[in-house]
Amino acid sequence: MITITNLSKIYGQKEKTIVALDTVSFNVPQGEIFGVLGQSGAGKSTLIRCINLLERPTSGSIHIKEQEITALKGLALRKERQRIGMIFQHFNLLNSRTVADNVAFPLEVMGYSRSARQARVGELLELVGLDGRARAYPAQLSGGQKQRVGIARALAAKPDVLLSDEATSALDPQTTLSILELLRDLNRTMGLTILLITHQMDVVKQICHQVAILEAGKLIEQGRVSALAAQPDSRLAQTLFPHPESYRPRAGATVVTISFTGDATDEPILSNLIRNFDINVNILSGNIENFGDLRLGQLQVELVGGQIEAAIDYLKKLGLRVEVNR
Amino acid sequence: MDWSYWSALLPDLWQATQDTAQMVVISTIFTIIGGLLLGILLVITDRDGLVEVRWLHAILGFIVNVGRSLPFIILLVAITPFTRLLVGTTIGTTAAIVPLTIAAIPFFARLAESSLREVDNGVVEAARAMGCNGWQIIVKVLVPEALPSLILGVAVTIISLIGYSAIAGAVGAGGLGDLAIQYGYERFDTGVMVVTVVLLVVIVQIIQFAGSWGAAKIARH
Repeated sequence: MITITNLSKIYGQKEKTIVALDTVSFNVPQGEIFGVLGQSGAGKSTLIRCINLLERPTSGSIHIKEQEITALKGLALRKERQRIGMIFQHFNLLNSRTVADNVAFPLEVMGYSRSARQARVGELLELVGLDGRARAYPAQLSGGQKQRVGIARALAAKPDVLLSDEATSALDPQTTLSILELLRDLNRTMGLTILLITHQMDVVKQICHQVAILEAGKLIEQGRVSALAAQPDSRLAQTLFPHPESYRPRAGATVVTISFTGDATDEPILSNLIRNFDINVNILSGNIENFGDLRLGQLQVELVGGQIEAAIDYLKKLGLRVEVNR
Repeated sequence: MDWSYWSALLPDLWQATQDTAQMVVISTIFTIIGGLLLGILLVITDRDGLVEVRWLHAILGFIVNVGRSLPFIILLVAITPFTRLLVGTTIGTTAAIVPLTIAAIPFFARLAESSLREVDNGVVEAARAMGCNGWQIIVKVLVPEALPSLILGVAVTIISLIGYSAIAGAVGAGGLGDLAIQYGYERFDTGVMVVTVVLLVVIVQIIQFAGSWGAAKIARH
């Protein structure tokens, strides 16, 4: 759906240059929610703004469906932008317009008749759960409601993709959840393809199918969220399951990191280790995370004495990922 | 000061008020059109503006600054050939409208410029992301979003024009200021001076109140 190839953006001239994006490539399949995760300053904003050419990349290309966006300009570019919805961290609503007129704005720009606009706005407000607030002004709405208006406006022209620029970063956790649920519903019911950027791991955990991690302008990791999370040495897993770094194993002890998915969590593994292998177990950290329907857990334990090698084999035979760090 | 004195003065006062109103209303209309256009041009041609044209921005900025630095009385006299060319006369109310407008346009242009700059850049960006062209961004986003602030700027401009119009009395333009100078100042008639000044104060208060009220009414939502 969206194909990004060797995208680079360099600011400044000659001596003083800042590389905001460094040969970034990825592909967002139709109907998926793709998250780009990164710290502030990593280049996320530049990346998403390049996709509808609010900023022109220095090199590289962007295709949406078959259309090469980076080759467009003028009227053709403006027409293409109408097929790309976008929502923003600070909502960016027109304060001088009512909710209904804000949602109607892109349709107005496209030249829809008044009656066609009204009908579509009614549908959209119902879709985002704001029917009854059509005549309110943005200043009278809560942050969550404003973002719903933003979403309705972004969807007005029935776009192929939705770009989300930190859409939940200005909202409280409760409201963030409700907005994420709305986005997931839109993805499920309409098959809407969503490319979002965020610095919030929760956003990735809650709704993303795939994730790419951006650091200093480079993609350092990319893949399905569940796969990366289940892989203990991935950056995603390390961020999800932080280990107490200051801990040093005692002499003669073995530190083992056990990762498990779904079913394996039912087995009483710690009891079995102690009982069958004559081992002392000391729990260092443990965490279970839910990714939609998938449950992932990670447990870091210190094993002392007994038959440690046999114990590790036992864990591996159960289908668990075991990492030994002595 | 008896009743017959005041009743004889009343037609003069009424005429002067009408003259002032005529000068100010007509020059305000031209000022809003010219100043808003200039203000929009200043904003969109600036660095990172909608249509960045830095040399044009620099030239426009220079012209505006020149216009703003000339004392009104000098401008009034300096442009008399231009005034004659435009309206065929250099005295009277009609002739005063030309220098009033020329003095007020750069003033309002700067006010309009700062009002338009206050519009959140994110909103402009959202409009661009929705496929708006430059014209649509100006007409549908910049001006409507800046409207409360622009209205306040118009009120300030009208009040300045009332002040300038008193000076325009110097070229026989008539009006309340002229009345105050001729009767009050030159003939030492304190009564007339006080009455005209009070009238001016009341008019200014009404305009400022109306401007603030209008801006607040629009900005409330």
